[in-house]
Amino acid sequence: MTDYKIHVLICGGTGCKSADSDELKKSLKQWIDEVGLEDDVQVVLTGCFGFCEKGPIVKVLPDNTFYVSVTPSDAEEIVKEHLLKGRVVQRLLYRDPNTHQQISDSKGMDFYKKQMRIALRNCGFINPENIQEYISRDGYMALGKCLTELTPEDTIQEIKDSGLRGRGGGGFPTGLKWEITRKSEADQKYVVCNADEGDPGAFMDRSILEGDPHSVIEAMSICGYCIGASKGLVYIRAEYPLAIERLKIALDQAREYGLLGEDILGTGFDFDIDIRLGAGAFVCGEETALIHSMEGKRGEPTFKPPFPSVSGFLGKPTNVNNVETFANIPVIINKGASWFNKIGTENSKGTKVFALAGKINNVGLIEVPMGTTLREVIYDIGGGIKDGKEFKSVQTGGPSGGCLTKNFLDTPIDYDNLLKAGSMMGSGGMIVMDEDDCMVAIARFYLEFILEESCGKCSPCRIGNKRLFEILDKITSGKGEEKDIERLILLSNVIKDTSLCGLGQTSPNPVLSTILNFRDEYLAHVNEKKCPSGQCKSLLKYEIIEDLCTGCTLCFRNCPVGAITGERRQPHYIDQSLCIKCGVCYEKCKFNAIKLT
Amino acid sequence: MPKIKLAESTVKIIKDVCARFNNSEGELINVLHTVQHKLGYLPAEVQEVIAKELNTSVAKVYGVVTFYSYFSMIPKGEFPISICMGTACYVRGAEQVLSEFKRQLKVEVGESTSDGKFSLNCLRCVGACGLAPVVMIGEKVFGRVAPTQVKQIIAEYREGCSSEKAKSA
Repeated sequence: MTDYKIHVLICGGTGCKSADSDELKKSLKQWIDEVGLEDDVQVVLTGCFGFCEKGPIVKVLPDNTFYVSVTPSDAEEIVKEHLLKGRVVQRLLYRDPNTHQQISDSKGMDFYKKQMRIALRNCGFINPENIQEYISRDGYMALGKCLTELTPEDTIQEIKDSGLRGRGGGGFPTGLKWEITRKSEADQKYVVCNADEGDPGAFMDRSILEGDPHSVIEAMSICGYCIGASKGLVYIRAEYPLAIERLKIALDQAREYGLLGEDILGTGFDFDIDIRLGAGAFVCGEETALIHSMEGKRGEPTFKPPFPSVSGFLGKPTNVNNVETFANIPVIINKGASWFNKIGTENSKGTKVFALAGKINNVGLIEVPMGTTLREVIYDIGGGIKDGKEFKSVQTGGPSGGCLTKNFLDTPIDYDNLLKAGSMMGSGGMIVMDEDDCMVAIARFYLEFILEESCGKCSPCRIGNKRLFEILDKITSGKGEEKDIERLILLSNVIKDTSLCGLGQTSPNPVLSTILNFRDEYLAHVNEKKCPSGQCKSLLKYEIIEDLCTGCTLCFRNCPVGAITGERRQPHYIDQSLCIKCGVCYEKCKFNAIKLT
Repeated sequence: MPKIKLAESTVKIIKDVCARFNNSEGELINVLHTVQHKLGYLPAEVQEVIAKELNTSVAKVYGVVTFYSYFSMIPKGEFPISICMGTACYVRGAEQVLSEFKRQLKVEVGESTSDGKFSLNCLRCVGACGLAPVVMIGEKVFGRVAPTQVKQIIAEYREGCSSEKAKSA
């Protein structure tokens, strides 16, 4: 590699790419050429830095300067000032919202201080399209160690000792799964990586594949060695074009370097990986459904047992793990189980990646040790609630999870605690909600998702969830009665107990947890026909308070349906028959003259 | 639905794709991905050809096409609009953005405008939650879209200038 003095890392994750980081890279390169620094400065498009809120992110090494919200037009200043003269561009630095201090080094940011990056260790550090950069950070060392020093049994024991549990949602011990698959006898076995991240609001698997695809390839090879498989398959959503592209590049490079294919590292071990595209079905995250989908069929789940580790893809023993689980494997082999199992809580070892989103200041991808409290995640790392509003709830585990209240803020996050609290770890989506979010509407939102995604095979899930949705719809449109709440609980429990697969068995969780934690909101909807957060439109009426209205015409000009009338400098009126309750007038009014009733 | 007569060249495209995947039934999803990529959508007539080539029933092909949300049996508009309805976008107001698109274009989700310019769809999480709420038009991502910007975004596509502008993020 050329000896560059300065490295400029630009985030090439989906969030930043959507905000023009490609254009930014081009612009930076142009200016670097222009000032003649092309032999000294290397510009690298990396994986996700995690700090998506303020993307695109640019990091300059070796001084570790961290620029946020950089646009292509800022390139000239960065090159001329920073790269040429060594003067940091102050205005592009991150400003701590509490202390208002500018922070130049990302290590000084609260967002990064409490994080511990294992699965995301390379995201934002290396160019994912260059295998050498992965290798230079101990890449493929674990595979080499397994193939030359460890037997498959030793390796499985190491994974078992590490206490690693499946990061896709279920939390099944990974080492045990490998052992069962190893013990299943067959002429052919398969290693499958589940990258069908369907949980809305979760993007950790995507970021790992985009930012560090080789870690998954390496881990799958190790798994193949352990269970005795020569074939691996990555089942990935077709909606992730960038991740697919980078994975393909990585697979080609690994083959070129003899790290995939026949006789890997001269040890006689054969292993290769294929990509299978998903086609948009949430239920395919369930392993039996995923396997059917890979076989070209409808992605409907089947009853377990037999488990895929006994009879999976094409009827052969198949080990299915999720992307994040795999990304942990090389580190465990390199640093040892005893290093890994010191991190985390008693029954949940290591770290967990969360996609922090919703009404929070620092939206992004974070990785924290198990046992970190929700408060630390939301307030220290996440920077608290947007616009200084009040925290109401945090939803973990996606459509299978639940909504937790502020009473749980000091609960250490791990598999068991979240279950006890009525939610679950899930794949790691973490959506923060504030006082403006209606919890009944949120439950309805998740049920609508489930309705669309239920495969229809078993009746509790297909019909039961439809009824749940209808009752919730009735409540949010002001037609509910108190009895409906009990109906919801009864029906939810039946669906949980009788559904065929994990999707149905967990689908009522958002309903149950919101009733448990926010029953008063349900009661307000059914008894008073009011939505306390003002989100359920059918229960709302926007009205202009005559005394406060100055007649500035701002609402009149912004109303998309022309429902507001009034003369300049005279109080305005809203015609209720035309109002679509979009809330634009409410947002635009500078005099608080619009009230919700 | 009236039958469409597929052009010879279209049939050939489909047959070539099937052959590339060894006419194997197990490759059905890959075949559908590739054919949809080439033709834009998968009407019944196309499915019939695929079924014949892969030596399986039309019912089976139809079953798979309708199971997965990625496959479409109706043509998409010249500018396909997708509103992200992931949870992060939902709590940041995606629903209001969607209803504004519906109102402006006078179509429901899954439909196309009569001039064929726009089609409207929802999708689940594009993974750009930092930019929520997110709208995709073709490959282009619009971040932090407010209902009040919808009219302008549509107008820009109508007038033919598609990229560069109208980026709020």
